Amino acid sequence: MSNIVKLILLGGMTLFAAIGANLARDPAYMVNALTVMLVAGGMFLWTVRRIDEPVAVANPNEYMDGVVRAGVVATMGWGLVGFLVGVVIAFQLAFPALNFSDLTQGYLNFGKLRPLHTSAVIFAFGGNALIATSFYVVQRTSAARLWGGNAAWFVFWGYNLFIVLAATGYILGATQSKEYAEPEWYVDLWLTIVWLTYLAVFLGTIIKRREPHIYVANWFYLAFIITIAMLHVVNNLSVPVSIWGSKSVQVFSGVQDAMVQWWYGHNAVGFFLTAGFLGMMYYFIPKQAERPVYSYKLSIIHFWAIIFLYIWAGPHHLHYTALPEWAATLGMVFSIMLWMPSWGGMINGLMTLSGAWDKLRTDPIIRMMVVAVGFYGMATFEGPMMSIKSVNSLSHYTDWTIGHVHSSALGWNGMITFGALYYLTPRLWGRDRLYSLPMVNWHFWLATIGIVLYASSMWVTGIMEGLMWREVDQNGYLVNAFADTVAAKFPMYVVRGLGGVLYLAGAIIMAWNLWATVARQPKSVSTAIAVPAE
Amino acid sequence: METYSFLRTLADSWALLALTLVFVGVVIFVFRPSGRRAQKDAAESIFRNETRPAEDKPKEDE
Repeated sequence: MSNIVKLILLGGMTLFAAIGANLARDPAYMVNALTVMLVAGGMFLWTVRRIDEPVAVANPNEYMDGVVRAGVVATMGWGLVGFLVGVVIAFQLAFPALNFSDLTQGYLNFGKLRPLHTSAVIFAFGGNALIATSFYVVQRTSAARLWGGNAAWFVFWGYNLFIVLAATGYILGATQSKEYAEPEWYVDLWLTIVWLTYLAVFLGTIIKRREPHIYVANWFYLAFIITIAMLHVVNNLSVPVSIWGSKSVQVFSGVQDAMVQWWYGHNAVGFFLTAGFLGMMYYFIPKQAERPVYSYKLSIIHFWAIIFLYIWAGPHHLHYTALPEWAATLGMVFSIMLWMPSWGGMINGLMTLSGAWDKLRTDPIIRMMVVAVGFYGMATFEGPMMSIKSVNSLSHYTDWTIGHVHSSALGWNGMITFGALYYLTPRLWGRDRLYSLPMVNWHFWLATIGIVLYASSMWVTGIMEGLMWREVDQNGYLVNAFADTVAAKFPMYVVRGLGGVLYLAGAIIMAWNLWATVARQPKSVSTAIAVPAE
Repeated sequence: METYSFLRTLADSWALLALTLVFVGVVIFVFRPSGRRAQKDAAESIFRNETRPAEDKPKEDE
């Protein structure tokens, strides 16, 4: 893109955002407009100052690793933010005084911080991890530099701008009240542009690959990118009330809206948190174990079974609602069917270590990855079980669901990401090894014990409150008031918060370890990572 | 409602059958003996091109 076109676009964006900030109908829109104005205006000035500078030509014989390095830093940083907010809201539930409602006028209440936590860990931590690792993996397995030049940088910065806009919007009240899809219409439009660019970069790299085959990790990444694009667009079909305000009205209504939302919501789990992270598993576990994946055939079957089954599982979020019973049953049946291919994938990941099991004792990174796969297996058993209607009648709306989500997210997504970051950091920055393996060990145990505390306390409190809600006396009257269950849950809430503290402590150790890997070790010549001239 | 009934019937009969057959087809295709070499090659492809992209001409050896 020539600089003149760039300047016109950036100038137009700055002007539009300035007008938007002036005419804004609500504070969230105003703050978002000011953010966009500052970013676009800053980039305008930056472009103007460099307009006659010679353009550095990228070397096609080097990988584009700068954007991956930025992604690793962003993943770690957002991870710390997301885990910290999680710990805060866990203690807010145990000790409501921590909401500080008078002091903060309700702006930092649980209800505001909770979507901030979910979006920070899923989209900021997980999303940056997926983008960074997918750019790393697709280049290595395609033996080609990323397609599209600086488009990859646009994806990175555009995605992180999306996160900042969404997060500030939540605190100031911009939400369309859809789980994991809270951002309002203009943030959704921006994400769509970023995401389609991401798809173009990824697909362009695959198309110009120098390897005959598309390695299976790329299939999972590609399925993740395409499906999220489709889900995001359909679930966010809405009409803005005003172009100068954040409020919008959904196109679907009633039970259809609910069904679209959970079609989106469960496939966000299935394709964002599962398929994308399986892409990580299929690259980083074989690389760290230094042996090819156990069965390539099984990985292909794993892929297609997940593609065919996941998309139908969403209705299990709407058991015993206005949703037609056949749809709920369909969701339940497909959820149960998902169990087998998921375990096939788990076995494939674990058995990749066959013949190298000793590495579990000596290499804490591979131990982290293996535990991640173990949690994947546990979650994909627990999930189908909870989708069964009779189990769901006990578990739904209780903390059991929260326990399930967290043993999957902390155990599977978190641990496999930690493993990938430990793998990537020395290689990307040209260091011989990590700064400290004992610290990886500490991280591993803190995180694992944290997850165990979290999951077990949520099982206890979830099943307890489910049983308390349905308990009736001999006359058929409910025995417990809702507040009784809240009071009974207090000790488990404290244990859960402590589990979160341990997990956060592990992540802080990791951040320090990664920083020291780069800052406290000399760049070694022996690692032959070419640093692209960018 | 007619569109709904039509799509509903189509979905749980022919569409279901077609999707199932495609899936079974994929599984059978994966197990074809002639694919063994390509699969082994793909599985080992992650150990190549670690530090820099491959040369300009597409690879033919292996």
